[in-house]
Amino acid sequence: MALVELRNVSKIYQVGDEEIRALDDVTLDIENGEFISIIGPSGSGKSTLMHLLGCLDTPTHGTITLDGIQIQNATSMQLAAIRNRKIGFVFQSFNLLPKLNVAQNVEVPMIYAGVSSRERRERVMEALKRVGLENRAKHRPMQLSGGQQQRVAIARALINRPRIIFADEPTGNLDTHTGEAILNLFRELSQQGSTIVLVTHNPEIAAVTPRRIEIRDGKISINIDKRLAGLE
Amino acid sequence: MNIWATIIVGLKEIWSHKFRSALTMLGIVLGVASLVGMSALVKGMENGMREAMQAVGGIEKVSVIQQELPPAQSHLADQVVGITMADVEALKQNATLTKLITPEMNMGRGAVVSRGKKVYRPWNISGTWPNALEMNVHTIEYGRMFNEIDDDLARNVCVIGTEVRDQLFGSFEETGKEIIPIGENININGQLFTIIGMFTRYESEKQKKEREYQMANPSPERMGPQRRTGWGRGGPGGWAFMMKNSTIYMPLNTMWMKFRAASGTGGIPDPTLSTLNIRITSVEEMEAALQQARNVMMQTHFAMEDFDFRTQENWDENISKQVNNYRWSGGIIAAISLIVGGIGIMNIMFASITERIREIGVRKAIGATTFAIFVQILIESIVVAFIGGVLGLIASYGLVELFKILIPTDNEPVIMMSSMVIAFSFGVFVGLLAGLLPAVKAAKLDPIEALRYE
Repeated sequence: MALVELRNVSKIYQVGDEEIRALDDVTLDIENGEFISIIGPSGSGKSTLMHLLGCLDTPTHGTITLDGIQIQNATSMQLAAIRNRKIGFVFQSFNLLPKLNVAQNVEVPMIYAGVSSRERRERVMEALKRVGLENRAKHRPMQLSGGQQQRVAIARALINRPRIIFADEPTGNLDTHTGEAILNLFRELSQQGSTIVLVTHNPEIAAVTPRRIEIRDGKISINIDKRLAGLE
Repeated sequence: MNIWATIIVGLKEIWSHKFRSALTMLGIVLGVASLVGMSALVKGMENGMREAMQAVGGIEKVSVIQQELPPAQSHLADQVVGITMADVEALKQNATLTKLITPEMNMGRGAVVSRGKKVYRPWNISGTWPNALEMNVHTIEYGRMFNEIDDDLARNVCVIGTEVRDQLFGSFEETGKEIIPIGENININGQLFTIIGMFTRYESEKQKKEREYQMANPSPERMGPQRRTGWGRGGPGGWAFMMKNSTIYMPLNTMWMKFRAASGTGGIPDPTLSTLNIRITSVEEMEAALQQARNVMMQTHFAMEDFDFRTQENWDENISKQVNNYRWSGGIIAAISLIVGGIGIMNIMFASITERIREIGVRKAIGATTFAIFVQILIESIVVAFIGGVLGLIASYGLVELFKILIPTDNEPVIMMSSMVIAFSFGVFVGLLAGLLPAVKAAKLDPIEALRYE
């Protein structure tokens, strides 16, 4: 069984009298350990797809199974618990909490998960080491460069050992060089076994991942797996 | 969700907006301080009122008074015996719940004392027993009280209050020195008496403060004719002290022999007592003690009910009622100011969550439940109210000191622990209420919308 299974998933928004099909009958499997990019122009439905995959929202029709759990009928409390323990988010604008220092930012998901404070400290240092920021623990987000902030965000996404990581335009606010470094970090994590989904509109970034899904008008238009296609 | 971590987050949030938080807290600070200060003022007022009641003998003192026969017995009116020494002896022997019995024969307001050309009509000239000191809460400052021997021999000795001294010898304010007239002679209704003792000057806390204030800040010479300021001065119950100061005591037998001889029958001067005061052992046994005394006196009065008991309970009740009224009206106003402070908190919490919509979105995305967000906002609001409450308690001390400076002659305000506890918990409760709505609003935010919010 795949880690994530989408079966005939639709998301319909009602705007006035008009029905907008943000996602239209999408069926998709993501296997454990995959490194995928979802690509598509703005308005294509890729954000909606990511929100559904990330358990921030529930579909109008169809079923979504994440790690064996049906989420289309889950309550908001169950969704919060799933987001907390099974999913890590990395955002374009980092979204660190400005009043907390680096270590505290990384710590937050564990507080919501109810991890003991001693274990929290150990795991924070471990995660910061993984992204190469162990000597920045006491800094405020504003004192770090964009690339460093994104590393902190990645450490935060990793901290609860999630089954899958969603990165929404993770390099969008970074210069090419720094963006490259962040992508390398994702590649590294992928090689260590993490399941990672990159959401982007940039084909160059999408080219990094072995598998690429292109969305257009709420449907999957291209689903390429380089390994299956013999390209790699 | 870890409560301590949430409280610390709340503290940080407050600390990062110091000025704004301080302004928000000010509402709670002032509300709590005014609640405590108001109750301190009322407590001071109550103390002043109770002071007067204590000065006339306290709540345990009961006066036995003469009254008309009830209608059913009115045909016996010519046989009434009145309250006499027989009652005193009977009560002394049989009324076990009565601690102290003090008979008094008064001279009435017509009596005149004089010394040389100075004439004065004191409020009260009484012949009584030495235990009147205890009964009416008198203190001898100079000389001595008359004793049983003076009473047995019906000596012409008296003990006077300071007002009598002021009128016949001159007061401290007039002469600039304290005159102690022990051993001096005065005329009481034409009889020569030797002063053997003088009471202290009785005054309420407020009168004392006013007098001291006058001494320290003498008012300019008053123009025009001198006016009497009357009995009403010195705040609630001031008259009780004036009456006490204007008192002359002499032995009961002296009064009986020397002033009652004219109105007697069969060669015995009129034995009727003007007042008979008894002091009961405890207020809790008031009912029983009064019933006992009534039973005893029904014997000596041959079942004619020409007497009654007057207690201070009504007075006490009135004080409680009045104090309660003050407390409620002041408390409601202070509570309203606390609620206004709470509205201030609510306002700021709304502003604060609008500022942090994105943060709330992030927190939700990384696993915060609706409840966790709710608790976080609520705790921030409570923390503001809590700190405000603590500062308010500190400020209440300052407020009470300010009261003392603004109204130095009034009764000293007394801060009460109970009012502090009530004000503080009410303040925190208001903070909790104020946080509810913003917390619900924050908790209900849709994570996707919140994350997109710029």
